[in-house]
Amino acid sequence: MKKIYPNPAAALEGLLFDGMLIASGGFGLCGIPELLIAAIRDAGTKDLTIASNNAGVDGFGLGQLLTTRQVKKMISSYVGENAEFMRQYLSGELELEFNPQGTLAERLRAGGAGIPGFYTATGVGTVIAEGKEHHDFNGKTYILETGIVADLAIVKAWKADPSGNLVFRKTARNFNPPAATSGKVCVVEVEEIVPLGSLDPDTIHLPGIYVHRIVQGQHEKRIENRTTRKKEA
Amino acid sequence: MWDRNQMAERAGRELQDGWYVNLGIGIPTLVANYIPEGVNVTLQSENGMLGMGPFPFEGEEDPDLINAGKQTITELPQTAYFDSAQSFAMIRGGKIAMAILGAMEVAENGDLANWMIPGKLVKGMGGAMDLVAGVGRVVVVMDHTSKHGESKVLKACTLPLTGKGVVDRIISNLGVLDVVPGGLKIVEVAEGVTEAELRAATEGTIVD
Repeated sequence: MKKIYPNPAAALEGLLFDGMLIASGGFGLCGIPELLIAAIRDAGTKDLTIASNNAGVDGFGLGQLLTTRQVKKMISSYVGENAEFMRQYLSGELELEFNPQGTLAERLRAGGAGIPGFYTATGVGTVIAEGKEHHDFNGKTYILETGIVADLAIVKAWKADPSGNLVFRKTARNFNPPAATSGKVCVVEVEEIVPLGSLDPDTIHLPGIYVHRIVQGQHEKRIENRTTRKKEA
Repeated sequence: MWDRNQMAERAGRELQDGWYVNLGIGIPTLVANYIPEGVNVTLQSENGMLGMGPFPFEGEEDPDLINAGKQTITELPQTAYFDSAQSFAMIRGGKIAMAILGAMEVAENGDLANWMIPGKLVKGMGGAMDLVAGVGRVVVVMDHTSKHGESKVLKACTLPLTGKGVVDRIISNLGVLDVVPGGLKIVEVAEGVTEAELRAATEGTIVD
């Protein structure tokens, strides 16, 4: 089966529908599937629920889908850098389910691993625990969180081979592997597609079994918070 | 009274050789500048990195290499990268010895509020709830009072909690307090501050 597609729109062909749940990789603007997000914007798919650690910034990343009002609900841990998000949320136009960052990552991992729920101490005694089943193990209280299985996972990797084996780069890995595994279908965008056999099998971060479609493209890779130090004289 | 850097320096003295540590955003980030001589700590960044290095030189920024505050950073010889699920597995699993983070309010029983002001600020908890629930020791670095002079070290938090009974030690601009059975115990008073001033600025119960 051929996994390589010529462009992001082709890679998403037949996968998008209104009201769907999409899991997206990325942390801030680092390692986000920016080409696939733009293609979803162009496709105009509506009423999306998106599980993603962040919601992009105004006009870039997932922020673009907020501008076009394609998002019904976000499942995120931190949305601080997005004025349009705040506006839509505070006016009640956008639903928001806050998940602690590690709980969101584990929900995606669990969903992809066939684990429907897991207990965690994270959030016990906070609003996050309200309405959730509590259970004590060895004298400590935990809450039940559920795995997420997404209709579609969109992720960004550094390199792929034609079989879908992926290698990520530095902290751009972040939510991409757990998001990828949570998808019933996973589409990945990469900077480079390398020939079969050129990736050392011992260094593959995510095996191709999780990857259904691959598209290569140019990435802007915007930096959100450029911080430097001066060279000492 | 301690300034931001003096608070960070004091927090740096909490670090022990060999520890893996997570530093939060704001003053806690400055603690990296005050790691004592002879103490080797490995900094974890919850977006997927152990062995966080300093900020890059101008022109050497890498968009694929950021910390949890989304700042560009660098790697070290001992650096390891991993995904977010692995990152929080080590946090939840108790492998991180200590987290140093900021606070809006702390209560005498160790309750911490640092993520949300209802109706106003909606940003999210990020990884803070996981960190305070999972790491070995939680140290809070904060201003003791608000801009209006109201205590932020309280009998009970008024804001939504980040964690219940999770704080071990508070390092404020006025001094150092430990959360102990029955309330807060004064460990240290900042230079130029009297114990009476520290007590007056603390709403929570101080035990001797």
